Amino acid sequence: MYPSRFAYEAPTSIDEAIALLDAGGGEAKVLSGGQSLIPMLKLRFASPATIVDINNIPDLDYHRVDAEGNLHIGALCRHVDLEQSTTLADTHPTLAAAAELVADPIVRSRGTFVGSVCHADPQGDWAATMVAQGGYIVAQGPNGRRKIDIREFVLGPFVTALAYNEVAVEAVIPGAKGTPRGSYLKLERRVGDFATASVAVSLDMDGDVVRRAGCALAGVGGRTIDANDAISCLEGKTLTEDSIDQASDAVAAVAEPRTDHRGSDAYKRHIVQTFVKRILTNLARTEQKAA
Amino acid sequence: MTSLYDEVQTPTEGVPTRRITVVVNGEKRTVDVEPRLLLAHLLRQGLQLTGTHIGCDTTSCGACTVLFDGRPVKSCTMLAVQADGHEVETVEGMASASELHPVQEGFKQEHGLQCGYCTPGMMLTSKALLERNPNPTEDDVRWALSGNLCRCTGYQNIVKSVLWAAEKMRAEQGEDA
Repeated sequence: MYPSRFAYEAPTSIDEAIALLDAGGGEAKVLSGGQSLIPMLKLRFASPATIVDINNIPDLDYHRVDAEGNLHIGALCRHVDLEQSTTLADTHPTLAAAAELVADPIVRSRGTFVGSVCHADPQGDWAATMVAQGGYIVAQGPNGRRKIDIREFVLGPFVTALAYNEVAVEAVIPGAKGTPRGSYLKLERRVGDFATASVAVSLDMDGDVVRRAGCALAGVGGRTIDANDAISCLEGKTLTEDSIDQASDAVAAVAEPRTDHRGSDAYKRHIVQTFVKRILTNLARTEQKAA
Repeated sequence: MTSLYDEVQTPTEGVPTRRITVVVNGEKRTVDVEPRLLLAHLLRQGLQLTGTHIGCDTTSCGACTVLFDGRPVKSCTMLAVQADGHEVETVEGMASASELHPVQEGFKQEHGLQCGYCTPGMMLTSKALLERNPNPTEDDVRWALSGNLCRCTGYQNIVKSVLWAAEKMRAEQGEDA
């Protein structure tokens, strides 16, 4: 399979990339890791006139935590960089848990975090972890930079709030206020398949009390499901069998699964409930051990 | 029969090509490519390195895996132009003139292949794993190879082969030390 013809540009600065996108007038597309875009080009689901390959722009492959505890992920930070990070599990455990579940190991050595969020696949793992934790995308265009809240960034399946002449230069995910706890669970039929259902949970703990609870779902709706309101019933409480049951029921209720070859809607909703319960129960055990 | 490679690479009026230089298995290669040429096709047809196999052509199977600056990538999911200025290692680069790479030897010793189609990708992914983690557990090996599909072996002997290679490489390291 072959992509249709395109003009190929390999800028070496963000400004140059923006100028190329601007000149493309909506028919130019950014190529970062390419692990979703190149298959789409080959299947001819996408046929942009110009490909703007940002892989030659220096200093975009970072991930670092700033003085306030916010995690900054540059546009060329690959999944594997996060998977092999030695600090991510301490500051952002939900992301660390998801890092090794994205696609398969070979795709992870090429694909990027920011590219995955920008692809806005309703099954995307990273968008779910970001919605559960909050955060924003830094978009840079001809008029400078702006921050786009993750909940306003993904507008629908494969549609984002990025303008045609903007580059998503980094993702910023806040650190926990208190002790960071969280995890990510995904059910897939085989490695690299799209999720049947997956759940991201992120908690900020104050001792054994939940100060903030965040949750998002992938694979169980036409977009990333924001379940932050549903799981907020945990806030101000400790993790007990009762509070965990209440939270997992509330989250399962906001899933929007549809029956397909991966399972029935009832099955997928059950998976969501089970995963929320499993994550919270494991976290409660960790808290008990720590105490 | 015209191959996809010929179709894409046949000079066409008004279609620009780009001159790229790629270090393939340690050797500098300079070629003119149309931007939509895939890395897998450059290697197989352009450079006649047919050890890189194309399986699914949809980023699923890992048969076309090569090492790109040391990291395993699916060469059907990269453009050849993106390799400009980078290093690519294919299965042809694993053995030296008379000596197999320990991973290749492991696949031979432990019968890690049947039809052989997935083998180049399996071995390159394994090589990258062992460079990063010289002492992997069986789980580490299975995890690292989870993006490479094999329809013959049931994976048991592939895992054994990689563990065999790990042991041999550690022993060789010990001798050097």
